[in-house]
Amino acid sequence: MHPVIPYVLACLLFGVGVYGVLVRRNAVMMLAAVELMLGAVNLLLITADVAPLHGDSGHTGQTFALFVIVIAAAEVGVGLALVLKLYRLRGSIDTDGIDTEGPVERSVSMSDRAGEAP
Amino acid sequence: MSTMVLAETQMNFPTLDYVGLAPLMIVFGVAFLGILLEALVPKAYRYIVQLALAAGGLLAALVMIIPNVGDHRPALVTGDGSRVDSIVIDGPGLFLMGTILVLGLVSILLIAERRVASGGAFVAQAAVPVGSRADVDQARKEGLTEVFPLTMFAIGGMMLFCVAGDLLTLFIALEAFSLPLYMLCGLARRKRLLSQEAAMKYFLLGAFASAFFIYGVALLYGYAGSVQLVDINAAVAASGNSQVLLLAGLGLLAVALLFKAAAVPFHVWTPDVYTGAPTPITALMAACTKVAAFGGLLRVFNVAFANSGNPDGTSLAWDWEPIMITVAIATMVVGSILAVTQTDIKRLLAYSSIANAGYLLVGVIALGQALGATLFYLVAYGFTVLAAFAVVTLVRDSAGEATHLSRWAGLAKRSPRFALIFTLLMLAFAGIPLTSGFAAKFAVFSSALEAGQTGLVIVGVLSSVILAFPYLKVVVLLWLQQPVDDAPSVSLPGPMTGAAVALGVIATVLLGVAPQFLLNIVEGAGQFLAQ
Repeated sequence: MHPVIPYVLACLLFGVGVYGVLVRRNAVMMLAAVELMLGAVNLLLITADVAPLHGDSGHTGQTFALFVIVIAAAEVGVGLALVLKLYRLRGSIDTDGIDTEGPVERSVSMSDRAGEAP
Repeated sequence: MSTMVLAETQMNFPTLDYVGLAPLMIVFGVAFLGILLEALVPKAYRYIVQLALAAGGLLAALVMIIPNVGDHRPALVTGDGSRVDSIVIDGPGLFLMGTILVLGLVSILLIAERRVASGGAFVAQAAVPVGSRADVDQARKEGLTEVFPLTMFAIGGMMLFCVAGDLLTLFIALEAFSLPLYMLCGLARRKRLLSQEAAMKYFLLGAFASAFFIYGVALLYGYAGSVQLVDINAAVAASGNSQVLLLAGLGLLAVALLFKAAAVPFHVWTPDVYTGAPTPITALMAACTKVAAFGGLLRVFNVAFANSGNPDGTSLAWDWEPIMITVAIATMVVGSILAVTQTDIKRLLAYSSIANAGYLLVGVIALGQALGATLFYLVAYGFTVLAAFAVVTLVRDSAGEATHLSRWAGLAKRSPRFALIFTLLMLAFAGIPLTSGFAAKFAVFSSALEAGQTGLVIVGVLSSVILAFPYLKVVVLLWLQQPVDDAPSVSLPGPMTGAAVALGVIATVLLGVAPQFLLNIVEGAGQFLAQ
């Protein structure tokens, strides 16, 4: 397999992730898009190890990918804690209308626009 | 194929320079110990134990920086002599670590303050929904003490960010100081909704920027075959390959670093996060995060993409200078123009922080010659902004802090000393001579002129003039306008806030009247280690 293919795939995944963060209103979907970006980076790092531009194939990329996985997990932990706070407050995780005026009526279910395409 | 190679290779464990690593180890050790104590110590003693641990740890780390002064080496050296540049102990790195420790100590004083606002600036139980019965109950309790270990992690991460010699450590340090800050922003006692919104915003934008950072790192690794900054510089010199990966990686890395430094296309988070976060955390962010972000920017641009003062080295400066100059000009102009129309003091200080990031970027672009001046500016700005936010915590009414500027009118009549101190700080921000702001701006602009950046300096001076207007407007508001009917009162500072304000004011005046002492220190720090 030509090494350019994983590079291009990583680029596309990263692009989809960026699009997801910019367009999605649901906070959990934005987090998922950030995870997609980090996954694209992992692919890039491992490909750079296997098919380097010059020099011998190294181990740094694979090690770095392990670190990225751990840090992505930590980040998503913190992020979900914040999203949970938001949900407890408003009963929805729609990021488009965060109200700071006062306590709002809390509905029981998540926003029914969660799956709606933008 | 590479897995087989991995199994056969001997692991060369590097020797650790414990004296060099001591400041970092102390700060992280105190953070972990703080978490343990949070679980073990009975509630009544937690506050005093955590405060003593945090302050003691920062002081011990500061003391441990002294044996390293004058050294210029990586902190990990492998037996077969190959470089392991994860942590580099050099003059500018030590100076930045010391700055973050001192500013962190002053921030801990502000965070620990419990007399100005009863119970402190932090909520007692963060998970309780706003407006519920439990929320009313917890409003009577003292603030939570987990903020101390969180702050220690943040400070440790910032220190690591300034001495990281390769992009992997830089990424880990970036996350290590960002994640606690996202949490800390959401822990305000009053105006909890605003605070939680600020935390959410900061987290989403910060995670986005971190993803850009690491994509840039991956591209640079693909180009250079190594994540160490020195090796990237060597690859720039030696490689005849297409530079697309290099420039794309540089661009994405710069995006993330400029996001943390609050430069213009990436500054959108700053006003909302600074306003929503509890004011001691805003002070921590404005002072220490700025130092860390610019420390990282300086190191990456000087060592990897320029020749770090070494005239034989390769410099990529021709490639990135035009874009960075555009960003710096936009930052200075947008920061100062938008600051003019602000009506909230915390938002005003946030936009001023953006404009000051622009001036610091002038120092970054001027590379090696302006390194000392940029470090001086970071110290001067850090102390002044800490004192300013400390004073902001003192102006309170029954609903908490009164930050709308219209309510600050005429406060000098009843609290002349507060008004005098705040006037001094505003003059320092505006860059009036005999204050540290003037000395810092003069140092940065004169070094930038020597490096040939005349256009930047002209824009800098003009934007300083524009930026002086909102500060002087606040001064006039304090002294010459009539107080409003429901004016807030200026609380007497507790001993800790008082100490923080005093330190900030003394530093502002001292660095303005006699800057030569610190200027000699930063000049003596030399350049970043690049051999």
